[in-house]
Amino acid sequence: MKRANDPIFWALFGAGGMLAALVGAALVFVTGIAAPLGMLVSQDLMRYQRVLGFAQHWLGKAIVFAVIVLFLWHAALRIFHMLHDFGIHAGTGVKLVCFGLPLLSTIAAAYWLLGLGF
Amino acid sequence: MSTQTSTPMRTQGDKRRPYVRSMDGWWKKDPYFLRYMAMEATSVLVAVYAVILLVGLARLSQGEAAYNGWLAALKSPLSVAFHGLILLVFAYHTWSWFKVMPKTMPMIFLGGKKLPQAAITWTGVVVAVAVNLLVLCMLVRVQP
Repeated sequence: MKRANDPIFWALFGAGGMLAALVGAALVFVTGIAAPLGMLVSQDLMRYQRVLGFAQHWLGKAIVFAVIVLFLWHAALRIFHMLHDFGIHAGTGVKLVCFGLPLLSTIAAAYWLLGLGF
Repeated sequence: MSTQTSTPMRTQGDKRRPYVRSMDGWWKKDPYFLRYMAMEATSVLVAVYAVILLVGLARLSQGEAAYNGWLAALKSPLSVAFHGLILLVFAYHTWSWFKVMPKTMPMIFLGGKKLPQAAITWTGVVVAVAVNLLVLCMLVRVQP
């Protein structure tokens, strides 16, 4: 069972880490600093109609889903191993939090994205 | 029989309960371990940022009023300052990601010689800076 699962988690970890390295800084800067302050980018870059339209397009959905879900799985695996380094070892509770929460978030993200329609 | 002998104590001389050296704080004992932990710790803010976006998606699915509430929260000075911290952490993530890349990927040989670690790291960093700038330019060019 462990042998069968590990490669999936490590693939998600690697994909999330690579995506965060390639686009993370730009996204954080735009969504958290530039757009809220109306600096460098149009202040209504993130207005409702535009973001809704983006998230209703299949490619927009794929991008939003990939960013949220892969970032979460990447972080989950690191946090899981970091807890071990801090002396909190893998048990049912740790696994439930480290892998259950990203799994729930994955399902929620898919549900909300599909709910927005195409 | 005294009460002391009936309550076994964890001592160094006890064969059944051998002394185990504590591993607490091992990562503070060497700058190399500290850098490793700093790299691992970036994941906490990566997760926080993903949750901020996930909340935005939830609000978007609830309609315009809910979504505008999320936008207003992003405009608070505290949120902007916090995103400044997240940005620094992402920059460190990018650097550390490619710093360890030569150790995590299969070795590459060019003309019978192993590709130097620095070449892999710097290629990765340059590509990451270029892709981040590309994304930034695309978002800057979006018309109002």
